[in-house]
Amino acid sequence: MTDTSVRQDSPTAPQQSAPEGGDAAPARSLGADARRQLARSPLFWVSAALISVFVLMAIWPSLFTTVSPNESILRESRSLPSSDAWFGRDFQGYDIYSRVIYGARASILVGIFTTTFTVLVGGMIGTLAAYNGGWIDGIISRITDMFFAVPFILGAILFMSALADSFTSYFGVIFKVVLALTIFGWPSLARLMRSSVLTVLPNDYIRATKALGASPWRIIRSHIIPNAMGPMIVVATINLGAYIAAEATLSFLGIGLTPPVVSWGVMINDSIVGLRTTPHMILFPSLFLSLTVLAFIMLGDAVRDAFDPKSR
Amino acid sequence: MTDTTTKTKPSGHTYEPVDGRLLDVEDLHVEFHTEEGVARAINGVSFHLDQGESLAILGESGSGKSVTAQAIMGILDMPPAVIPQGSIRYCGQDLLTMPDEQRRHVRGPEISIIFQDALSSLNPVFPVGWQIAEMFRTHRGMNKSDALDQAVRLMERVQIPAARDRVKAYPHQFSGGMRQRIMIAMAIALDPAVLIADEPTTALDVTVQAQIMSLLQELQEERQMGLILITHDLGVVADVADRIAVMYAGRLVEKANVDELYASPAHPYTRGLLESIPRLDQKGQTLAAIGGLPPNLMRIPPGCAFNPRCRMARDVCRTDVPPLREVAPGRLSACHFAEEVLDA
Repeated sequence: MTDTSVRQDSPTAPQQSAPEGGDAAPARSLGADARRQLARSPLFWVSAALISVFVLMAIWPSLFTTVSPNESILRESRSLPSSDAWFGRDFQGYDIYSRVIYGARASILVGIFTTTFTVLVGGMIGTLAAYNGGWIDGIISRITDMFFAVPFILGAILFMSALADSFTSYFGVIFKVVLALTIFGWPSLARLMRSSVLTVLPNDYIRATKALGASPWRIIRSHIIPNAMGPMIVVATINLGAYIAAEATLSFLGIGLTPPVVSWGVMINDSIVGLRTTPHMILFPSLFLSLTVLAFIMLGDAVRDAFDPKSR
Repeated sequence: MTDTTTKTKPSGHTYEPVDGRLLDVEDLHVEFHTEEGVARAINGVSFHLDQGESLAILGESGSGKSVTAQAIMGILDMPPAVIPQGSIRYCGQDLLTMPDEQRRHVRGPEISIIFQDALSSLNPVFPVGWQIAEMFRTHRGMNKSDALDQAVRLMERVQIPAARDRVKAYPHQFSGGMRQRIMIAMAIALDPAVLIADEPTTALDVTVQAQIMSLLQELQEERQMGLILITHDLGVVADVADRIAVMYAGRLVEKANVDELYASPAHPYTRGLLESIPRLDQKGQTLAAIGGLPPNLMRIPPGCAFNPRCRMARDVCRTDVPPLREVAPGRLSACHFAEEVLDA
């Protein structure tokens, strides 16, 4: 501090080539700080590696297998893992390894799209509620309460059965699942965003920006959202895993993705009858599903640690 | 300045002062409607500000000085705040009746403000240069690199060393004094005609206080701004202010030129404030203090609000509100016995 004030005494003096005030460390934003923290976290690298593999599977399944997931060899139905079919074959004589690879696409698509939509919808509505306050906040908060009153799976089941006969193409079904999960997933993010915007709003820099003539839209976009979105990003990352599990749950119940779409949930559903006689049929899709969900939850944890200075 | 910045008008301002008069606040009232009742934060405050003039508004916590600043800026949270009465005219235009969108364009280019705590007044997630540049980008539509150039120039103007290297630094990397300089840079970025400094040095240590005050004074003279300096610190304003308005419980109790006020206060409250400044030649003596506490704004005592703490209070003080009246040429005081105070 003495150092500082001495320099400030002669602010125009030429010898001030070195800027004062704790700049031994280079300038870092909150984001850059978080990135550095992430780079040092083994949790992050393990989850990132797993996720990269699954995403690669979703984009180019042919990189991992040359066998078509719909190539049926009925006489080898229910055969155990072998050099020919690494994970064995299911009732229809499909190669389980190939189907597990091809099944990644549906899960990843559902997870990513649902997360994107819930973040957009929930974030927007939550910000709107907190920024406007008053009756707008009241109405939005009551609406989120109403959604919380409906059990997630029950709501999704109702939605999916109501739309059972429409959108039956591959992407149509995925879209339906995403829609169902988004409808029942946004309220929690909206609540989270609302509360974190409320903590940002009373800060002086929001008042200062307002006092210096910024428009409401600019205040929200440049000043509120960047400061308030941290918690939502963390929860959304963790939710991504949960949405993949929810998709598998719906497919398992027979109302999510349905054959011929290949998905882990569908595979688990198909093989449940052989649980005691041919457990390998259920083992591999379950393993991949668990690994994917685990990877995203681990990533969420790593991101949370990186964004939350208190956890260091 | 580049062409884009000077195109609008010779002065760059949408409004032109009438006879040098920038700001005219008349009979301003502000109330806060809370669940416990109505807090009358400002009860009929009137003052004006001319071009190139600096006015200090002096008062202790809760006297309504910051609320006055926020009312002028239009950043009071309404509700709970209500302005039941009064007008704030900027260059003849009443700000209180102006549509929101029009008023937004007054904030920044015409009237600007510096807050007490510069750390919390700067957005922690953006570099300071970006935040200064934002002023030029939103109000003048400059492109990114031009705006950043301007930001560097402003940072140099407010005497931030190695400005070009520090333009990408974040608020937490600056010391308190430097942050306040950055806040000042943002506030003067658009060449406002009026600058309000709301306790600009309260959060700083004494050596830095003096530097910030002289910077403000310098900028004010250079740009011929009207400066409203809000403070509770008599020492801070002595060098900078031309006129002083003393506030107590939401009313102006005294208005005078700086020198006259310091030489002979015309209100017991002002006298109390002056007496409570520690002085070097009074070593060993007990420091004079004003007894009691400022009134609760929900229950302002009848009569003169200062009467429960006033040594000179008599019966009339407990019943009649003293009007702000001229007690000597150029001296206004709201005390029934101002002449006695002056003579004392």
